[in-house]
Amino acid sequence: MDSLWPHLEKLLPRVQKPARYIGCEDGAVHPVPEPGQVSWLLVYPDTYEIGLPNQGLQILYEILNENPQAVAERSYAPWTDLDALMRSEGIPLFSVDTHRSAGSFDVVAFNLSAELTYTNLLNCIDLAGIPVRTEHRDGSHPLVLAGGHCTYNPEPLADFLDAVVLGDGEEVVTEITAVIADWRQSDPTGGSRHEVLRALAKVPGVYVPSMYHVAYDGPHLRSVTPRFADIPERVEKRTIADLADWPYPRRQLVPVTEVVHDRLNVEVFRGCTRGCRFCQAGMITRPVRERPADQVRQMIADGLRRTGYDEVALTSLSSADYSGIGEVVSDTVRSSSAGRPVSVALPSLRVDAFTVGVAAEIGRARRTGLTFAPEAGTWRMRQVINKLISDDDLYGAVESAYSQGWRRMKLYFLTGLPTETDEDTLGIAELARQCVALGRKHTKSASVTVSVGGFVPKPFTPFQWFGQNTVAELSRKIGLLKDDLRRSSGVQLKWHDPKATLVEGIVSRGDRRLGVVIEDVWRHGGLFQEWSEHFELGRWMDAMERHGLSPDWYVHRHRTEDEVLPWDHLSAGLHKDFLWQDWRDSLESVGLEDCRWTPCYDCGACTGYGIEHIVASAVPPAGGSQGTGQGIVTAPSPVAVPAAVPVVLGGSGR
Amino acid sequence: MIRLRFRYTKLGKIRFIGHRDLARVWERALRRSELPVASTEGFSPRPKVHFGLALSTGFESLGEYLDVDLTEDADEASIASGPDLAAQVTPLLPEGMDVQMVQHIDRGQSLQAAVAVCSWRIEVGGVSPTVLADRVGTLMSAEVVEMVRTRKERTTEQDIRPSLQLLEVDGPVERVTWDEGSLLFAELRTAPPGLKVAELLELIAPEAVESRVCRTHQWIEGDGARQEPLSLATHPPYAGMRAS
Repeated sequence: MDSLWPHLEKLLPRVQKPARYIGCEDGAVHPVPEPGQVSWLLVYPDTYEIGLPNQGLQILYEILNENPQAVAERSYAPWTDLDALMRSEGIPLFSVDTHRSAGSFDVVAFNLSAELTYTNLLNCIDLAGIPVRTEHRDGSHPLVLAGGHCTYNPEPLADFLDAVVLGDGEEVVTEITAVIADWRQSDPTGGSRHEVLRALAKVPGVYVPSMYHVAYDGPHLRSVTPRFADIPERVEKRTIADLADWPYPRRQLVPVTEVVHDRLNVEVFRGCTRGCRFCQAGMITRPVRERPADQVRQMIADGLRRTGYDEVALTSLSSADYSGIGEVVSDTVRSSSAGRPVSVALPSLRVDAFTVGVAAEIGRARRTGLTFAPEAGTWRMRQVINKLISDDDLYGAVESAYSQGWRRMKLYFLTGLPTETDEDTLGIAELARQCVALGRKHTKSASVTVSVGGFVPKPFTPFQWFGQNTVAELSRKIGLLKDDLRRSSGVQLKWHDPKATLVEGIVSRGDRRLGVVIEDVWRHGGLFQEWSEHFELGRWMDAMERHGLSPDWYVHRHRTEDEVLPWDHLSAGLHKDFLWQDWRDSLESVGLEDCRWTPCYDCGACTGYGIEHIVASAVPPAGGSQGTGQGIVTAPSPVAVPAAVPVVLGGSGR
Repeated sequence: MIRLRFRYTKLGKIRFIGHRDLARVWERALRRSELPVASTEGFSPRPKVHFGLALSTGFESLGEYLDVDLTEDADEASIASGPDLAAQVTPLLPEGMDVQMVQHIDRGQSLQAAVAVCSWRIEVGGVSPTVLADRVGTLMSAEVVEMVRTRKERTTEQDIRPSLQLLEVDGPVERVTWDEGSLLFAELRTAPPGLKVAELLELIAPEAVESRVCRTHQWIEGDGARQEPLSLATHPPYAGMRAS
């Protein structure tokens, strides 16, 4: 297990940000694997600054290193400057913990959080000295695994991944370790990979793409079926029943160089049942599992003492929904670090629970950045997407913040949503102006930053059948906003490049035929595609054309109810007919309540797995309308809406 | 008000963190130490600390300094003595950063302004001792060494010879990553015109495959003698603190 460090340190004076590659974090371990132990390399396929804070990766790093059968280290995608030097000097991908080569691990496991990192994944595999295609690997190569939200449609990466984990990783990594340890013991020369892959495919939650046969019917997918009788027809996701059993990370990594989210992060709950129809995370992570408040307090206290941070983020998909959020925030702010108040950040903040009280408590310390996500500009549009916050909820939250001393905040919106009209799009500008006007009552320098992203329909959401807006249409809508906000002082507009949105769309709902496209883009130098300075749509369009694939077919067309979707052989627990009904309901602006506080409507996520919500409070948080049923149209929707229902699916809004 | 001066190392992998990162590392370590560190006023209070001469990212050091102001009401008796405080703070820092000494000092000239000379130990990879010694001899025997410098798009010629106090080649040095290398000791003055280590290496070893640079000492001059801001040789440490 030779360290590559002496060779690497020679190159580091020649690259940007060399501290990305040194490790040295507080909390890092430097394991020396013993015979019989399975060594994992956990890789985040983006830069260190983006990847280091990833909580999923840190949780598994700890759990694996606590397992006597396993050791784990970490790696991140080297930036293009180091990548070039490593290739010219013959230095492979390395771990940042002990700086040993990626190829010397038993498992190289990727966290997949964003579609635009897929070419980086191929690059990391290649830089590790592993053949990029599974069929070219043998027993001497590490197994290449992936987990994370993007694995709910792993088909575009099926050619490159030996196995994929669906859902929570806390339990399944131990089971995978045991299977690999058995294989290594029974076959120390590592001859055949077939047996180990076949054994992995039988672990619940593990999908082995090469064990499935794909049949097409012209451009359409006909079926994805197991090649062997002992391989499951459908792979179900893994869900840990109770977050209280998993108080991880216990030793959050504290980097020595600046990263995003550079603060203590404590996950207060997992899952979300607000039911926002565009939100894949909320659909695939059900049910809601709250961490007990005492455990949250303990993790905050221990974490602050150990790390020296003076800021805590209470993380989840919607932290203001946490039962007793007010008390936890106020206890945390008052807990003090070195005699000063602790700053609290609430990412993913729903506006309806951000009250003056919470604002005042957070404002006692250094004020953290505030981001609200109304997602759409009009109440009608928000009914369609089931983000049921009223204009008044938003204005209430914004006024709370300005009255407590904030001067600027960020508002997140999506454009290109189903049924969106120009009135809905321009509603974004109107909301922003109203927010600034409210702020001006409290401070002359009130401003808001409006961030607009093009909507990408995702698998396992009610919008998985929706035809995404074209680049031209998204650009037109952004243009409308630019024109409308030109003379609005105090509003700053930012937008996501619609061309990148198109590529996300191709990959999000793509099938196995896209593997060659991703490989092609990578071989033509397409790295770090989520970084605007490296993104180039032309590379993707050329590759699609070379392989005879149509972006329109993958992205812009509406899918029908009977279409076989590339992820139909995988399951997040959600019944497909529930998703279809919710899709039809959305087109009628029919709302769906939060099942945390109202009766179960059997989406499948709990009932299918014999689990349930763990929520301390029986009532929704005060201060907003959602969850109370107020303002929601719950008229029974027609049982079967004809597919040709005359609605404008995100058209140009004439 | 109490001001503490820390002397510490920056060795090994941690040498690749830059100045801003170093400041953050210290900030967190000081919070964990629970020393009553004074804060700046304002919207975003920061601890009142003063760094000495910046060290280039990638250079090692055997003697870096940090001055830390404690709060007005800090109680001297409650603060650990120098060696104890050093032992208490070192585990809060990354590997390669060891606190060698802490002393109570009088508030005076800033570290940056006080240090007149730095001593450097430089491993020059890919250049033989004979070749390097030859170039060093030529450079040191010159009376004037003109160097073209560009600052804000203005090009000037400066004589950097006064900044060269000492250059000495001390035989070969080996590393796995190069075949032949030389060990060079340098003493460079900080006052203008000044000469950076990188500039020196560009003058005498432009073909080096790698250079390993370590600042071994920083010197303050006065009354014809020189001393370090905190000298490790002049134990017992912390005398100042206990005497006051």
